[in-house]
Amino acid sequence: MYSDKVMDHFANPRNVGVLPDADGVGQVGNPVCGDMMTFYIKVKDDRLADVKFQTFGCGAAIAVSSMVSEMAKGKTLEEAMAISNDLVAEELGGLPKNKMHCSNLGADALHEAIKNFHDKKAGRVPSAGGPADLHEHEGCACPYCDSSLEAEDKTFCRACRVEFEECPSCGGITKKGDAACIHCGKSLGNKT
Amino acid sequence: MKRVYLDHIAATPLHPEVLEAMRLCLAEVTGNPQSLHAEGRQALDAVEAAREEVAGLVGAQSSEIYFVSSGTEANNFAVKGLALGQQARGRHVVVSAVEHSSVLNSVKALERQGFSATLVPVDRFGRVDPADVEKALTKETVLVSVMTANSEVGTVQPVAEVAAVCRRRGVLVHTDAVAAAGSIPLDVKALGLDALSLAGDQFYGPKGSAALFVRKGVRILPLIDGGIQEGGRRGGTENVAGIVGMGRAARLARQEMEARTAALVTLRDRLLEELPGRVGHVIVTGSRTERLPHHASFCIEFVEGEAMLLSLDMKGVAVSSGSACTSKALKASHVLLAMGLDHATAQGSLVFSLIDGTSAEDVDYLLDVFPPAIGRLRGMSPLYTQYLKERGS
Repeated sequence: MYSDKVMDHFANPRNVGVLPDADGVGQVGNPVCGDMMTFYIKVKDDRLADVKFQTFGCGAAIAVSSMVSEMAKGKTLEEAMAISNDLVAEELGGLPKNKMHCSNLGADALHEAIKNFHDKKAGRVPSAGGPADLHEHEGCACPYCDSSLEAEDKTFCRACRVEFEECPSCGGITKKGDAACIHCGKSLGNKT
Repeated sequence: MKRVYLDHIAATPLHPEVLEAMRLCLAEVTGNPQSLHAEGRQALDAVEAAREEVAGLVGAQSSEIYFVSSGTEANNFAVKGLALGQQARGRHVVVSAVEHSSVLNSVKALERQGFSATLVPVDRFGRVDPADVEKALTKETVLVSVMTANSEVGTVQPVAEVAAVCRRRGVLVHTDAVAAAGSIPLDVKALGLDALSLAGDQFYGPKGSAALFVRKGVRILPLIDGGIQEGGRRGGTENVAGIVGMGRAARLARQEMEARTAALVTLRDRLLEELPGRVGHVIVTGSRTERLPHHASFCIEFVEGEAMLLSLDMKGVAVSSGSACTSKALKASHVLLAMGLDHATAQGSLVFSLIDGTSAEDVDYLLDVFPPAIGRLRGMSPLYTQYLKERGS
């Protein structure tokens, strides 16, 4: 199910840890969703002098975090902002389709850390801390059968004939009319 | 590398005698059981002998046993076939909230056809209260389905009491005994059941072998239309070798159950008692007393199930997890949520299910490799870091 590269990054993750004097901290996801990633960065001369991460989640989530840290280290902030979740998945030799949505958030967490660095520098309120809603919906797959949902219509799976809605809490695609989101468990405001 | 297989709930290894019986069958049985010639009669004899054995395992008559392809098919057959067979009397079914997806999704299929359904809740140990089943019954109810034991938390349900309620109210009752059959004694007459599902791969028989018991005289509609196989209730040429394997496995289970159980219960109790202390912040899921003899299940805090499963696999230990990430649907376990666990805790689900032959050394090995594997994952978990910080302050 996972590529050798994913398993290598899972078994030997690079750059795990906390930077107590980090210049920027970014966090995405939450344990309810199943995955949570925190990235710490040290910035020197506009470059990422050090990157560390902590991740709660499945094998894919840990491998993605490790890969992002490796790709980002030494890069300029601008270059690091260009690292996309898709690029990370590609570097890992691909991820199972159903993991693309929920576990492939490493680049988002890194970008949050860089934003936090800019905010701190500019004296703005730091953006780190709260879980950000950064799920990307491009290339989204049906949470039930794993088949790709049409890019223009993410609210219906043709294979399952199930209608979806976007969860207002986590942004995930979940079954329309359900009481709670299947990803984060928050109420969708529907009566059962 | 040493392998320790603790995933009984997914599949058991073949018993050597089962393998031999199947090998002989594959090599020597040519005919189709429905053919009238000698080759056909030989195949039919093999199937019917196996039917006797499977019936014997659950206290049924052999004419009440229908062979199918999987536990999932048995559950589909029971839920849909029984409900549709009684729909002239009513269109309401009652099932527990912790049933296998093959039961729950069969109920959903019935709902799409105009049935209504009631899910009976469970307590924090995953147990159904027969009084709640009784409360859920309406004049329209035609079928109740409550599993014998849950594979994810090991809890054994009060099936006899549920069946007694149903009998009193004239409602058919089915139990999904896939996780239990072959591991605990079952007698359909003593339990008062109308239907029961069981699968060979849960008691050292082959994958793809399963059966449904349907009490004589109970109307059930076929799921697979075809010829006259299985009394016209399940079309399709019989999986003769699979059936033969299941039959032999059923005989062995009946003969060896007591000895197997005695050996496994000791090891199970050791796991339930010792594993939590090895790493801390561990919740035992399911009931301590009403529990499958080979089953120990936990939620490990601050770490996610799939990551634990992969880590243990790298150390040579095969286990299951009910976490969202191991299920392809990425959905938190409905069983753990129904028991009142929160989503985050449910992510740390881990199931150790012992097989015949699991040794004390195997359990020692697991208890040795478990703490470093969990320690490594907790070391990279932001939740654990946060917990340590909060505890320190």
